[in-house]
Amino acid sequence: MLKSLRWRSIVALAAILGAVIYLIPSLSGELPAWWSSFLPKDAIRLGLDLQGGIHLVLEVEASKAVESHLERVVEELKRDLREDKIRYLDLKREGLRGVNIVLMRSEDRDLFMDIAAAGYPDFEVESVPDRDGKPAFQLVLDAKARDRIKKMAVDQALETIRNRIDQFGVSEPDIRPQENNRLLIQLPGVKDPKRAIALIGKTAQLEFKLVDEENSVEEALEGKIPPGDEILYQVTMDPKTGRQTKIPYLLKKRTALTGEYITDARVQIDSQYNEPYVSLSFDARGARIFEQITEQNIKKRLAIVLDNKVNSAPVIQDKISGGKAQITGRFTMDEARDLAIVLRAGALPAPVKIIEERTVGPSLGRDSIEKGFKSVLIGGAIVILFMGIYYGLSGLIADLALILNMVFIMAGLAFFSATLTLPGIAGIILTIGMSVDANVLIFERIREELRLGKTSRAAIEGGYAKALVTILDAQVTTLIAALVLFQFGTGPVRGFAVTLSIGIVASLFTAIFVTRIIFDYLYVQRNMKKISI
Amino acid sequence: MQFIKPGTNIDFTGKRNTAFVFSGLMILATIFILIWRGGPNYGVDFSGGVVVQVKIDQKTSPADIKEALRAVQLEDSIVQGFGDTDASEYLVRIRKIDVELTGLSDRVEEALKAEFGKGVDIRRVEMVGPKVGDDLRQKALFAIFYALLFIAIYISGRFELKWLMSIIMAISLAFVVYVASRFGISVTWLILVALIVTLGLCLFLNLKYALGAIIALIHDVTITVGAFALTDREISLSIIAAFLTIVGYSLNDTIIVFDRIRENVRRFRRRPFEQTMNVSINETLSRTILTSSTTLIVVLALFILGGGVIHDFAFALLVGILVGTYSSIFVASPVLLIWEGKFGKRSKKRGD
Repeated sequence: MLKSLRWRSIVALAAILGAVIYLIPSLSGELPAWWSSFLPKDAIRLGLDLQGGIHLVLEVEASKAVESHLERVVEELKRDLREDKIRYLDLKREGLRGVNIVLMRSEDRDLFMDIAAAGYPDFEVESVPDRDGKPAFQLVLDAKARDRIKKMAVDQALETIRNRIDQFGVSEPDIRPQENNRLLIQLPGVKDPKRAIALIGKTAQLEFKLVDEENSVEEALEGKIPPGDEILYQVTMDPKTGRQTKIPYLLKKRTALTGEYITDARVQIDSQYNEPYVSLSFDARGARIFEQITEQNIKKRLAIVLDNKVNSAPVIQDKISGGKAQITGRFTMDEARDLAIVLRAGALPAPVKIIEERTVGPSLGRDSIEKGFKSVLIGGAIVILFMGIYYGLSGLIADLALILNMVFIMAGLAFFSATLTLPGIAGIILTIGMSVDANVLIFERIREELRLGKTSRAAIEGGYAKALVTILDAQVTTLIAALVLFQFGTGPVRGFAVTLSIGIVASLFTAIFVTRIIFDYLYVQRNMKKISI
Repeated sequence: MQFIKPGTNIDFTGKRNTAFVFSGLMILATIFILIWRGGPNYGVDFSGGVVVQVKIDQKTSPADIKEALRAVQLEDSIVQGFGDTDASEYLVRIRKIDVELTGLSDRVEEALKAEFGKGVDIRRVEMVGPKVGDDLRQKALFAIFYALLFIAIYISGRFELKWLMSIIMAISLAFVVYVASRFGISVTWLILVALIVTLGLCLFLNLKYALGAIIALIHDVTITVGAFALTDREISLSIIAAFLTIVGYSLNDTIIVFDRIRENVRRFRRRPFEQTMNVSINETLSRTILTSSTTLIVVLALFILGGGVIHDFAFALLVGILVGTYSSIFVASPVLLIWEGKFGKRSKKRGD
């Protein structure tokens, strides 16, 4: 008896010490250097519902990425065909499927097939019935390539958004991909959720397009848009009245220059009007293209288009070398800064749609923590008092087990790097109630044994032995429920499952192992005769 | 100190007919209320939509807030007081899913700030698009389904100590459900199928304790859902979590009573089953009342002090614990009695 008691006490104390070590980073602000080097140093993480923050699920419209890819293939094919002097009647994208081509001359058929086979491995060439005697083909994008493009779009979107968030400055962001082309983004402690969300969701596609100076905007608005042109609008809002005005521009559809050539974007302040603007720098190739455009189109207007909306359309005064341009507009400092971030980080390869958003303000987070802990303290205090009154000294032993349970749960959270959520606090509270159950089962059995006339030692042994199976049984069913919840649950529900599971395991340990040590010490070792139970 | 004197002998089994009537009434009431309310009140988690929790530092009312929302065509949103009555917090719920959901919360904020000035504090926003709503519904249903499956397996194995039987049960269940799912049946029906198959298997394989436990479970969850429907509370993801916890807790309770019944049946083979059952319930009464009381105390603390966000969750637990305790004594055990009455001779032949 003596030997096993010593062993068991050592095990119990070691477990408690371990738990306390895991808890200390959460309780104290500063850890001494020698601690951080090899002892655990992570504090318990608080969930978004306790810390405040944003939870977003974005869906990347990956099919748009496939569309853009096909459009690019159309342009490439046009260039290749021109090089080989193959004339075509029709060359355009068909939905998400592929590209339709009609050649001018039947003699070009073989040459075309060679070009297609050599230069476009992702496509299958399908012969389509001749159109008016002219050879017609459809280049069909093969399924693997399509999936690859979609996946790349999601990966790129992930990186771009991560980039933007890094520049925005959030501590401990959590960005990860999910099935079905979705991205999960969690940003704890964000003070201005609207700005953050706008920053993330902006496609930020920057394009430079020439204004069609020859045709009239008014005529185009009536329905006759000249081939190769499109109408885009500049949307301005009067800050005083809040009214929006839309000014139409007739632009050449072909993009002269895109934002992928931008190496830097900075916020500068215009000295004359004291307004912020964004200054862009292009890379060498972009600078050369920009130089060409401005050289060939002096006195014409070049529209700066952001996400298909015209930002401005200044007149090109002179050839611009050196690759620098400006984007102006009535920006606030924040707006300018965010635009610079988004241009620096790059455009999203496809638009993203917010399909789930949960934002908790910091004030609610604080309130929830306060209220949660108040409930734990008061509920726990009442139970502790009650146990002491009902079971006497044994009740106090059970109370000690209860307090140890709390310590173990919190340490468990730190150990598993799990997050504490508001339902998690509810889980802790539930554990208080249920861990008492294990002790009650044992104590009631001990009382029964005593009534049968057994000695203290025998009663204790009998009580523990008979109650053990029942305790295990009962807790296992709740554990099953908790594990299922963990598997299928999202953030806050998972937090609940975690605290409940850890709580159950901890209460099994304290009720069966730890309290037994104390009982054995008092009634066997010290040989106290009468059990206070 | 003792609440229940040893040797107490309340006639629980004698009162079982009253209990049946009572339970039957509650379940009928639940069905009636559900029909009346047009189904359970699904929160935005499952139905999609936007919820904005806002705190306004002026004295106002839901009607005023709805008026303020007229400016952005959202005056038909549901506005409710939230939390303590003096906290001036409100919940604005917009359940349209045909409208573009992103930006709705901004419009709400703008409209409220225009009407009530700077004292508007947006405490929480939840927006769930229709696709995500569907996904969450699926997840919740699968969680319920798997929990049911594992618990059925565990009960049959543990209770009857017939692990072979429980493996058979698991395989048959999985098979039947697989076949059903090939017919493209939705998850809700799958759960119902699973339940029916489980009950059938219990009957067929002579698993009387498992049967009692499962019937008690169904009883508990149904009545809790009814309580929610009665008080028009929303069913969200965390409420589903509460339901599963109630399942675990109720089972917990039932197992303890059943273990005692079995122990006593072994000891007093000659006594009539009804008497043994009654004695067992009385013996475990002390523990049952104690555990339920302590758990209720803490959940009550959460219910009263925990704040609005966790309030409904605490309510579910409160109802569940009360009903779960009641069902172990007045539903699960009487089922055993009926079984013994009908099939008792058969199982005696098998030497149970």
